[in-house]
Amino acid sequence: MSHDAPDAGAAMAAAAQMTALRTPSDLDNAAAIAAAGTASRRRRAVVWTVRVAAIVAWLVSWEVSATYWIDPFYYSKPSAIWHRLVDWFTKGTAQGSIWTQIAATLEEAVIGFVLGAILGVVLGILLGRSRFLSDVCAPFIKAANAVPRIVLASLFVIWFGLGMSSKIATALVLVFFAVFFNAFQGAREVDRNLINNARILGASRTQVLTSIVVPSATSWILASLHAAFGFALIGAVVGEYTGADRGLGLLIATAQGSFDAAGIYAGMIITTVIALLAEWLLGGLENRLLRWRPPVAGAEAQI
Amino acid sequence: MTDDPVIRLRGATKRFRGASGVHTAVHDLTMDVRPGEFVAVVGPTGCGKSTTLSLVSGLEPASAGEVLVRGEPVRGIPAGVGYMFQQDAIQPWRSVLDNVAAGPRWRGTPKAQARELARGWVERVGLGGFEGYYPHQLSGGMRKRVALAQTLVNEPEILLMDEPFSALDVQTRGLMQDELLRLWAGSGAAVIFVTHDLEEAIALADRVVVMTAAPATVKASFDVPLARPRDVEEVRLTAEFLDIYREVWDSLREEVARSREQAVKAEGGRRVA
Ligand SMILES: Nc1ncnc2c1ncn2[C@@H]1O[C@H](COP(=O)(O)OP(=O)(O)OP(=O)(O)O)[C@@H](O)[C@H]1O
Ligand SMILES: [Mg+2]
Repeated sequence: MSHDAPDAGAAMAAAAQMTALRTPSDLDNAAAIAAAGTASRRRRAVVWTVRVAAIVAWLVSWEVSATYWIDPFYYSKPSAIWHRLVDWFTKGTAQGSIWTQIAATLEEAVIGFVLGAILGVVLGILLGRSRFLSDVCAPFIKAANAVPRIVLASLFVIWFGLGMSSKIATALVLVFFAVFFNAFQGAREVDRNLINNARILGASRTQVLTSIVVPSATSWILASLHAAFGFALIGAVVGEYTGADRGLGLLIATAQGSFDAAGIYAGMIITTVIALLAEWLLGGLENRLLRWRPPVAGAEAQI
Repeated sequence: MTDDPVIRLRGATKRFRGASGVHTAVHDLTMDVRPGEFVAVVGPTGCGKSTTLSLVSGLEPASAGEVLVRGEPVRGIPAGVGYMFQQDAIQPWRSVLDNVAAGPRWRGTPKAQARELARGWVERVGLGGFEGYYPHQLSGGMRKRVALAQTLVNEPEILLMDEPFSALDVQTRGLMQDELLRLWAGSGAAVIFVTHDLEEAIALADRVVVMTAAPATVKASFDVPLARPRDVEEVRLTAEFLDIYREVWDSLREEVARSREQAVKAEGGRRVA
């Protein structure tokens, strides 16, 4: 065992150095942090294993039953959907490159999302802070909110044509209401003490608005933005479905027209992936903006 | 120093519309505070002390009577007023330093200068090293100290304080009381200091005002002729202090008892109804 000796010696030296540099409580802390890290990594591994197993079980049972018992013409099957996706990405779709379709839908959704969110935030905060305006507008907003908004897509096609603007308008309307109500509520529920304190400390009306009302409403607004991007995508896809010359909605509509169940699923999957990516981006933004908030479950700050 | 009062309440009355009709929180209250005077206000809970401060600060208008600051009727928030609220009112999305710098920033001080000022006050209230913390990472007492620094950084001429130290432990409270007296002595500010702690009131103030049970009005006013500068811990042990304490407590005790009776009666009334 002679080759172990230098290693052991080095380890001893390192340990000696550590005890020299660190107090016992530092060592305890380091050990506690390491242990907590290991435990949470193990937990995550288990969660992911179970998730993957569930997906595999689902896909396999679908594939097997579509092969032997149910009619894949109506229900399709995972391998067919996979082939369709590969086809789209390698050879393109009947309407042209798949990337053109994705870009079109994404552009409509993003423009609709940004415009709708800005409009929703501005009007929400304005009405939330003005008793008079909100009293005047309340019935109109309620009525507008009660209109089945998907139907508006058809109207917008007539108004704005088959181009992008009709899809942007549909996305905008869906996003606007989702954001508006949250911004309104957020602006309304600002702590009176905070406002009074700011006024005493010397804040003007605009300063109260920008440095008290807006930050307080931010957590409400950000919460709504998560759902709102999903709505923007729905708006764009439904708009395209109603009538368009490109986009994911058009792919899905075409697939439906030719009884191509795999095509519908493939379109759905692409849309879902886009929505999840957007959700992830917005989550990052939210974490950055709401750094001041206590961690929800206390998982970050305590061990 | 002129002796014209900076704060003058003349028959001030404040009514609120409550769940069960109109509730009078402050009734026909008359009191003056001279420039540089430190007045402590004590009274049973719920009698209307905070409401009185909100009248002086201009946050609430009086329903009747007069509230004058520097001889002018109060409309809106008078210049030079600092008000430390009973409840937490610091901004949760700003760090300690930015919370303290907020007042000067709003009043137009450039950012770097405001932060420099704020840094000094954060040190002075004993929060050095916590500048970058957010309020949710602080204890209740630490948040109170942020509020104190936030108020004092504006160097108010009129300082309204609503139970500022009630959330602190005894040692920290003693330190903060001494610190407050030191800062106040240099500032010449008029102070109205609301507290439930009679010892604190006497140790700090030039005058202790006892309020009646609800609705609040001034019951009695006691001068505190203890020499300044005072050491809060030591002044409590003097014979003079104990004499004043006994006298004020006799007056306050009756009101506390009345307030309890009112509460019991109200409770009984609710049971019957
Ligand atoms: N905005 C309001 N609306 C209705 N009633 C109010 C309002 N503010 C205070 N009151 C009532 O006025 C009374 C006095 O309240 P206030 O806060 O001034 O008491 P306080 O003397 O400060 O009590 P404490 O010592 O417990 O802080 C209470 O009965 C309270 O219910
Ligand atoms: Mg109070």
